[in-house]
Amino acid sequence: MSQPSISKSMTIGESGLAVVFAVTAFLCVIASAKALDAPFAFHAALSAAASLAAVFVIINRYLDRPAALPPQEINGRPNYNMGPIKFSSFMAMFWGIAGFLVGLIIASQLAWPALNFDLPWIQFGRLRPLHTSAVIFAFGGNVLIATSFYVVQKSCRARLAGDLAPWFVVLGYNFFILIAGTGYLLGVTQSKEYAEPEWYADLWLTIVWVAYLLVFLATIIKRKEPHIFVANWFYLAFIVTIAVLHLGNNPALPVSVFGSKSYIAWGGIQDAMFQWWYGHNAVGFFLTAGFLAIMYYFIPKRAERPIYSYRLSIIHFWALIFLYIWAGPHHLHYTALPDWTQTLGMTFSIMLWMPSWGGMINGLMTLSGAWDKLRTDPVLRMLVVSVAFYGMSTFEGPMMSIKVVNSLSHYTDWTIGHVHSGALGWVGFVSFGALYCLVPWAWNRKGLYSLKLVNWHFWVATLGIVLYISAMWVSGILQGLMWRAYTSLGFLEYSFIETVEAMHPFYIIRAAGGGLFLIGALIMAYNLWMTVRVGEAEVQMPVALQPAE
Amino acid sequence: MKAILTLDNLASGLVTTIWTPVFVAIFLAIVAYAFWPRNKAAFDEAAHLPLREE
Repeated sequence: MSQPSISKSMTIGESGLAVVFAVTAFLCVIASAKALDAPFAFHAALSAAASLAAVFVIINRYLDRPAALPPQEINGRPNYNMGPIKFSSFMAMFWGIAGFLVGLIIASQLAWPALNFDLPWIQFGRLRPLHTSAVIFAFGGNVLIATSFYVVQKSCRARLAGDLAPWFVVLGYNFFILIAGTGYLLGVTQSKEYAEPEWYADLWLTIVWVAYLLVFLATIIKRKEPHIFVANWFYLAFIVTIAVLHLGNNPALPVSVFGSKSYIAWGGIQDAMFQWWYGHNAVGFFLTAGFLAIMYYFIPKRAERPIYSYRLSIIHFWALIFLYIWAGPHHLHYTALPDWTQTLGMTFSIMLWMPSWGGMINGLMTLSGAWDKLRTDPVLRMLVVSVAFYGMSTFEGPMMSIKVVNSLSHYTDWTIGHVHSGALGWVGFVSFGALYCLVPWAWNRKGLYSLKLVNWHFWVATLGIVLYISAMWVSGILQGLMWRAYTSLGFLEYSFIETVEAMHPFYIIRAAGGGLFLIGALIMAYNLWMTVRVGEAEVQMPVALQPAE
Repeated sequence: MKAILTLDNLASGLVTTIWTPVFVAIFLAIVAYAFWPRNKAAFDEAAHLPLREE
């Protein structure tokens, strides 16, 4: 039995958080009763229910736990905290499938508009932010939280900081996703791309994100490993920059504290510049820095090879930090934004070629001496192909930021193709590869249920990506050329509807590609599920047999 | 239109301009740190970090 000398009592965190959530539940009930619009009432009620559930779970957890909190180390080895990682991995898979499915639906709506069914809740304008938020923030965000909590523990050889705090981060983040997503369907949006959630969701995310930063930092501070591994630098840059971007882009004044509608503090072109400073750095620090952290940890680990050049990884990191933050104006070429700012954005985007390709080479060359593993290990193949897609889309991006290229590509499907070669190929595949590694590690399994199914996932999804991006390239360039075609008399040659008609076959091919990508993810979910359910447990070596360090 | 050279303009111009050389200097210092021969062993060691944890 546990030591009788320790009398059991609630920690300050447990009692404090229980009280805070009890008060929040009460306030949310009042807000729900006084709400000016139905979506706000719904969200307030949802928050009240979630707060009550939190109070219940905290107290129940306290009653069930032994008097002492989990030890930092067991027999001299760090007692890693896997619970929040398992939860986030599961949610990543769940939101991934939901997000890919919504993507397939809206791709089909573009090909066959009748699929809007004249219902406000599922029309394209509401489902599109649901798709982007579900894949970027819900799927990608949970992958980043799960892997960052894993990598920071392992590479610092320390247990994750905090007892309730990591759970607060993963549960709080997913509650934010729930509020944001249901809001879109009900028509709640502040109409800023990738920053659609309204003021109350933004405030909640700020609290969760600060907790995330503190958990991550506190774990680094109590590390047993003297060196801070490069992946942790990338994760930290991701967490800090997203906090800054979120606060910079979202200052808003609500019409009423009991209503969902708010107005952004910025106006005119300043608002546009803030929006794309945010938008592009969400790409740079959420979809790039965070997933590069995955690359720098999971590829060496899976390939069982050291990082090709650690020195290059340091330069890769700092070059990205110094350059990325200036690239945003390339989203506003030929607008009211001052010309010099556009040129500045273009110049920094082109300079980004160098660190991006440096990083890609570093990731790929990590396989030197282990290239044969690509034939036998489909998980490693997925990770490596993701880095190849990273190289491809970071070549294409700077090219599209050049003003003359942009004059053809902007507002066309080429942009959509570019985004998806990055999103499906780079972010998607590196996430899949990481989850295929992480699930057996976190659940203590010998390996995956079936590598054959990973192989199927790889090929089905790759085929889907190829269909998707090639259809969008052809469609986008066709669209751009049709828009700028003039007759000999100087009239526009094509009406807009003629360009829409020309897109139709490519929209069908795109939907087919998205469908294949979704099928791949379903295969993956089955594989991971079976890994956890029937996978053989990894046998822990008895402590006595541990070699002395 | 001619820009008027006042102390104010000069100061704000200097402050905004100075960031470029400062950032370049910081970045060059980082590059020097990364390639400093004496640091090589420590970085080669760090490259193996994912492989040697328990």
